[in-house]
Amino acid sequence: MDTAANRGIAQKPRRTPLLTYKAQNNLTIFLFLLPAFVLFLMFIVYPILQSVYYSFFSWKGFGPATDFVGLDNFGQILKDTIFHKAILNGLLIIVLSLSIQLPMSLALAIMVGRNLPGRAFFRMIFFMPYVISEVITAIAFMGLYNPDPTRGLFNAILVLIPGAKAIGWLGDTNLVLPCLFVVLTWKYFGLHMLLFLAGLQSIPTEVEEAARIDGANTWQLLRYITLPMLGNTIRTCVYLSTLGSLQQFILVWIMTKGGPVNASEVMSTYMYRYSFVRFWLGYGSAVAIVMLLISLVFSIGYLRIVRQPEYLGAQ
Amino acid sequence: MADTEYRPKWNWRKYLPRILQYAVLSLIVVVVFVPIVMMIFSGLKSRGEAYTNPYTLPIPPKWDNVIYILTRPNFWTMLGNSLLVMAGTTILVLLVTSLAAFVFARMKFRSKDLMFNIITLGLMFPITIAILPVYLLIRQMHLPDTLLAIVLIQTAFALSGNIMILRGFFLSIPVELEDASYIDGCTAFDFFWRILLPMARPALAAVGALVMITSWNDLLVPLVIINKETLWTLPLGTMQFQGQYGMDISLVNAFVTLSALPTIIFYFFAERQIVSGLTAGAVKG
Repeated sequence: MDTAANRGIAQKPRRTPLLTYKAQNNLTIFLFLLPAFVLFLMFIVYPILQSVYYSFFSWKGFGPATDFVGLDNFGQILKDTIFHKAILNGLLIIVLSLSIQLPMSLALAIMVGRNLPGRAFFRMIFFMPYVISEVITAIAFMGLYNPDPTRGLFNAILVLIPGAKAIGWLGDTNLVLPCLFVVLTWKYFGLHMLLFLAGLQSIPTEVEEAARIDGANTWQLLRYITLPMLGNTIRTCVYLSTLGSLQQFILVWIMTKGGPVNASEVMSTYMYRYSFVRFWLGYGSAVAIVMLLISLVFSIGYLRIVRQPEYLGAQ
Repeated sequence: MADTEYRPKWNWRKYLPRILQYAVLSLIVVVVFVPIVMMIFSGLKSRGEAYTNPYTLPIPPKWDNVIYILTRPNFWTMLGNSLLVMAGTTILVLLVTSLAAFVFARMKFRSKDLMFNIITLGLMFPITIAILPVYLLIRQMHLPDTLLAIVLIQTAFALSGNIMILRGFFLSIPVELEDASYIDGCTAFDFFWRILLPMARPALAAVGALVMITSWNDLLVPLVIINKETLWTLPLGTMQFQGQYGMDISLVNAFVTLSALPTIIFYFFAERQIVSGLTAGAVKG
């Protein structure tokens, strides 16, 4: 048979190699890593360093940046009450996600469990919103949130309750953020449920059976076996959820543009407005750098203090 | 015989939790479907119907809006652009990440840990946050208003996560295979190309499916990079369409439904791959 192995033996000694084995290996390493590093340095590292530079300028994007202002942009950002609002809103979304969205996903994962008949069906349906684009999600929910009960489903249901009046939802400064959170939950609970399901799957059945035999009831089983053994998955979900909340942009931008009166402003909408609507590119760069620092400090802190999640997938 | 008298009551107690379980899960299924179904129903009504009875079933369905959209070139142009970008990004990501992941999983060299850490650092610079820096770079490169720019940016930001996922898969392939292939005279490249890649096909499918979805749904990059209407991708076009025809609810919903359709169909076929890509690594619990 003409396999590579046979040929290797038959032609012994092979034609004198151009390179030694080690040199050849090094060449492979270099060539294999080259494309990734070129893309990485060119499209991630370089632009960010460049933005650090621009963040010291007052620059509207015409011609080269010449108006050096030192740290003024950063001072301005930290003084701006709208930016404070954006940070507070971001924190609120994180708190809501961790206290409502994650426990809900976990509860659903436990319900769907290991061998519920119909498990695959529920998993498929619950995960579907995650793959539907943010644009489509935003437009679909804008329809549901329509303040007119004859057009928006939520108000149509609400006015069925005697004495209840239609609500402005996205137009209400107090309600807009919880409304956005509902949409975020609709879209992302499936992802976390999926991760919890995978975590549940990896708990050996023997452990649960042993606890059962020792007389543990369902609640004890959950409290003393399942939850502790899901520890790593929970930590991963907390990490992904927090980082994801910091990055929300499209849903907020399409549904509210950060309004009404900045009530739903988050850091990314703030950055986008200054960068791509007002074209204050120096100031926008400074906002981007602040956001990067916040996300970097959180990531490094979390990974150092809590632990490295095993999964850090993109998005 | 006495048993048969007891059974109904006993069964009821046993199955009550199960019934509650299914009730809750079914409720969530309904919640998931409401926004999607409302959108589809509205898209299948005439403009007047969508205003007068928005909550009824579209019986008989009115295909006018769907036909209107499908018979004009815009939708197909956007679909084509999205497909091009998705194909470009997916191929490039698979190529670049599998090469790098192979080196990180299988080769030994001095600065390996350092280089891998640099790559993982990329996870901390998500595109939403880095969009302005990237836009400024693209402007310098004179690439705005090209689909190539979208492909390059999407690929760059997909690298870190997917290199990590693929590296995990590659690490799980037994070392004995590698040793055997080297004894048989394979070079590192031979091993990668002839043995590792064919074996890693499920992993590549998982990463590929994930990248396809991410690229297809991406709005931010096209929004910032593309001005020319002929280069709009589907999400960008959907957003603009909503802005332009916002008053005509049924037409907008027909458009949105049509643009959601490819994703949903793809999802039902590739669910397994998408799920395995996303849960890769998390399974260690």
